[in-house]
Amino acid sequence: MPDDAAAQREFEARIAAGETVEPKDWMPERYRKQLIRMMSQHAHSEIVGMLPEGNWITRAPTLRRKMGLLAKVQDEAGHGLYIYCGAETLGVSRAELIDQLLTGKAKYASIFNYPTLTWADIGAIGWFVDGAAIVNQTMLAKASYGPYARAMIRICKEENFHKRQGYEIMATLAAGTPAQKRMAQDAVDRWWWPSLMMFGPSDKDSPNSAELTRWGVKRKSNDELRQRFVNLTVAQARAIDLTLPDPALRYDEATKDWHFGPIDWAEFDRVIHGDGPLNRERLAARNEAHASGAWVREAAAAYAAKRAAESGGSAAAA
Amino acid sequence: MQPPGGAPFEHAGSVHAVDAEAALQNARDVYARRGEAVNIWVVPTAAITASTPEDVGPFFDPGNDKPYRHPQFYSVPRGVRV
Amino acid sequence: MASTAHPAKRKGEPGAVPALDPALRAALVQYLLRLGDDRLVLGHRLSEWCGHAPILEEDIALANIALDLIGEATLFLRLAGETEGAGRDEDALAYLREAIDYRNVLLVELPRGDFAVTIVRHFLFGVAAYYQLEGLTRSTHPALAGIAAKALKETRYHVRHAGEWLLKLGDGTAESHGRAQAALDDLWRYTGEMFLTDAVDEILVGAGLVPDLAPLEAPWRAQVTDVVRRATLRVPESGYMQRGGRVGRHTEHLGHLLAEMQILQRSNPGATW
Repeated sequence: MPDDAAAQREFEARIAAGETVEPKDWMPERYRKQLIRMMSQHAHSEIVGMLPEGNWITRAPTLRRKMGLLAKVQDEAGHGLYIYCGAETLGVSRAELIDQLLTGKAKYASIFNYPTLTWADIGAIGWFVDGAAIVNQTMLAKASYGPYARAMIRICKEENFHKRQGYEIMATLAAGTPAQKRMAQDAVDRWWWPSLMMFGPSDKDSPNSAELTRWGVKRKSNDELRQRFVNLTVAQARAIDLTLPDPALRYDEATKDWHFGPIDWAEFDRVIHGDGPLNRERLAARNEAHASGAWVREAAAAYAAKRAAESGGSAAAA
Repeated sequence: MQPPGGAPFEHAGSVHAVDAEAALQNARDVYARRGEAVNIWVVPTAAITASTPEDVGPFFDPGNDKPYRHPQFYSVPRGVRV
Repeated sequence: MASTAHPAKRKGEPGAVPALDPALRAALVQYLLRLGDDRLVLGHRLSEWCGHAPILEEDIALANIALDLIGEATLFLRLAGETEGAGRDEDALAYLREAIDYRNVLLVELPRGDFAVTIVRHFLFGVAAYYQLEGLTRSTHPALAGIAAKALKETRYHVRHAGEWLLKLGDGTAESHGRAQAALDDLWRYTGEMFLTDAVDEILVGAGLVPDLAPLEAPWRAQVTDVVRRATLRVPESGYMQRGGRVGRHTEHLGHLLAEMQILQRSNPGATW
């Protein structure tokens, strides 16, 4: 089918009717590009997101915490993998996408450019960052592109434990020694605002939002999702006696929403454009892992090629 | 993957691997971390033959107008449970 | 140390600790520490790969193996604490013992090295662990036999995974072959310790609690030799075998590993996490 106005109208009618788009279906080139951009950013975020939490695996304070954290960071690798596989159905290879990450061409969630300074940061990331991600991904589980939506459904199911393990860590610290409580509050102070920024700029300032919404990739606005996250989190913070660092936070009886103070979008822009605390280190760590693993990937490919040559078959990737 | 309890195999997802054994191990490590499977098979993407979007009409519509394949097509006397 | 709630079911235990005379009990505690420490330290080393593996799929696989090992360590150390009866749980044993009180073999505490070192080590250890655990499933101590049965299943997969990689590295490229052989040559002198026996083994073997390790070396060597040769690698000459871990004489590496692992418990005495 040609990429013309009629095809596009038919495509949009299908989306409006709530049908899912599958890999072999005709789709506007722009839809494909937007999805590749969005899915690869999402996958990269999972992979880079392993680093700040991975920083504490070897220092987790009990065996139970060590296993919980390792399993969580492992899940992130899995989630990155699910989404890369989903993106590959759009005609782009994982190798290309990873190359875009390693060369700094592709973006990932800016929040992972912040450091994990204490054990409480592991709690704060699980509670806030995964909490925010779940709000976002619950919406994406209804995205119009089938492979993306299905990856999200699987991810949401698995991520339920991530937020709970984070919140449990924070609740334990908040009820612990004065040093632990201080650690917990400090982590809340540092992670709260970057977590709110995770939902992206206000919709009026978000260049991609309108198009993604029209195509059923996004079902809710950035601001709606952010508000939902704040509404959920305020009560959770109160329950464990931690204070969200926003003096403007107040409940609106009429809308049943928690209003929050202004977000520092200048900081958001600064971090996105490379001047966050750890942008360079995060990318360097990914590049280092990729480069030092090159000989392993080559060995596996060479071995498979030898075996295939022996059996006269082909070394197809499964 | 086949879930426990004798349910039929379901597609779980994709992995990259250089050979069949690696694909099987990767599938196990990636998709069966929570006891989801008692059985896994893997197949190279290139070996899959699938229907295309153009098939939607000719392949599947003919199955839509065969009401006699469904139990509701047949009536039984009132009050009898069949 | 008060650990946080353990809702997880404790397979094969507790309540299955037979009445033991003091000498047997002390020996069993030592033996359980050896089992637990081997797995805790190796699991810790493997967990260092998380986020840094050569392939995304392998990141997930190594984390799975690390989780298996730390899970096994938890069970063995918990049973060690219960057997000792001095109120130490698995966390107290993991986080509040000095290096000189750790009982793992030296092999598992060496730095993770490159991927070849990680794979070769895991293969050498895994095969030995397999035979030891298989013997332990026949222990007259029900709790120990139960944990061994669980660990045996996991270890079978670890050996399959590491063995498959060993073939790929050995028979892959010239570089991977060289790295795999170098790892084998470097690590070989640490393998003898896995089959050393002492008074602890003697008393427990006599009571039917654990298998004799010495006869396990032959099947270990046969299996290792088979895979190493298929990987087009060479089994190194067996010279002097390094030892000391079983009695707390470690390499310099363990102290650093524990300093990192224990930092929060050490700097916040008595805190709950």
